[in-house]
Amino acid sequence: MLTCRVIPCLDVRDGRVVKGVQFQGLRDAGDPVQRAALYEATGADELVILDVSATPEGRANAAETTRAVRSVLGIPLTVGGGVRALEDAGRLLDAGADKVAVNTAAVQDPSLLSRIAERYGAQCTVLALDAARTVHGAHGGWEVVTRSGTVRTGRDAIDWAREAAALGAGELLLTSWDRDGTRAGYDTELLAAMRDAVQIPVIASGGAAHAEHLIEAVRAGADAVLAASIFHDGELTPADVKRTMQAAGLPMRV
Amino acid sequence: MIAVVRTGTANLASVLAGLHRAGAAPTLCVDPDEVRSADRVVLPGVGAFGAARRELAAHGLDAALIERIEAGRPTLAICLGLQLFARSSEESPGVEGLGLVEAEVTRLRVARGLRVPHMGWNQVLPTPGARFLQRGYAYYANSYKIDTIPPGWEGARSEHGAPFVAAIERGDVLACQFHPELSGAWGEALLRRWLAGGAAC
Repeated sequence: MLTCRVIPCLDVRDGRVVKGVQFQGLRDAGDPVQRAALYEATGADELVILDVSATPEGRANAAETTRAVRSVLGIPLTVGGGVRALEDAGRLLDAGADKVAVNTAAVQDPSLLSRIAERYGAQCTVLALDAARTVHGAHGGWEVVTRSGTVRTGRDAIDWAREAAALGAGELLLTSWDRDGTRAGYDTELLAAMRDAVQIPVIASGGAAHAEHLIEAVRAGADAVLAASIFHDGELTPADVKRTMQAAGLPMRV
Repeated sequence: MIAVVRTGTANLASVLAGLHRAGAAPTLCVDPDEVRSADRVVLPGVGAFGAARRELAAHGLDAALIERIEAGRPTLAICLGLQLFARSSEESPGVEGLGLVEAEVTRLRVARGLRVPHMGWNQVLPTPGARFLQRGYAYYANSYKIDTIPPGWEGARSEHGAPFVAAIERGDVLACQFHPELSGAWGEALLRRWLAGGAAC
């Protein structure tokens, strides 16, 4: 049967891996190529690179980083950050990405998702959705936030995920903006709501501190779990958390 | 010479990088004569059945591929590349496949708790007579599949709600629904076995 995926994430700025809480106080965490090779060797099922460069010059490095990582990486690679047009997606795929993640630009122009999916296929098209619990409203819920969390759109996150899947997104990279960087665990209510709303695979992101959090996310409805800091610090390898997940009864490639 | 057929779809860079890591030096090609004469041919495939089929026909590559595959010459097809072996696909009604195997490509059904696309690592369970394929986990990213290994072929099975074909092989032809180039050390070992012509490695 299909196994649960554990996906380390590299936030890359100007060609270097960085880490920080909600993109505040970024610290250098090394060379993306070395990191990528290390993660594959220690059990990662897949890798995500999010380019968080602040400038166009920095972002132009994303394709170079992708090319360098691809040459050593034998597992799937998703690249996101700054994908604004079909050509951006094409450039990353040509450099060796297997999937591209689109965030802010898709909210502004949802047809970008259908154009990428028509050209390259749904399995290449990932919607990166940053969701924050709504401040207003009697029913709770989540709204879409964009531009690295600086813009609250007021758009319902569940509705947006449904629309994106209908437009051709083949996977949902779902980040809880409230939990990201907190190490308080994934937003399992958000995951459960999303599991029922869409039929495409859902990658949980934001809040992981240890293997128990990953297990909770899968039980709540995630098909894959993404984490950054728990692996960067070397406390745990992907293989470590996968063994714990398997011991908890989840189907894993170990 | 290892020729990778350029079908105008995505994922070429990953396929080329995977072959490089497995010790090969692939070149891209759209010339039917090269597809006929190359020692080894790789038919990658990410994209839609109809579009890929039209692209092959537009370059006259379909006849060249059919010739070498029917002769059992070293050919590796990946993902959609396998599906193109079939007679037709639910993805693109009315479009004829290469017709190399008596099979029809159908969409994976969404059932309780099962996602489509089928995305991630799943089992590969080979038939006893398979030369290249070994048991293990491979990376898949597919919404369509064929259901049974065609008569006269060896292969491997997997399942996602129901059994489907993970790969088929005959002679030096290997066609995988999964992506060997993205299947880590297991996938690289499979590429090396195919590149070595089925000899033990």
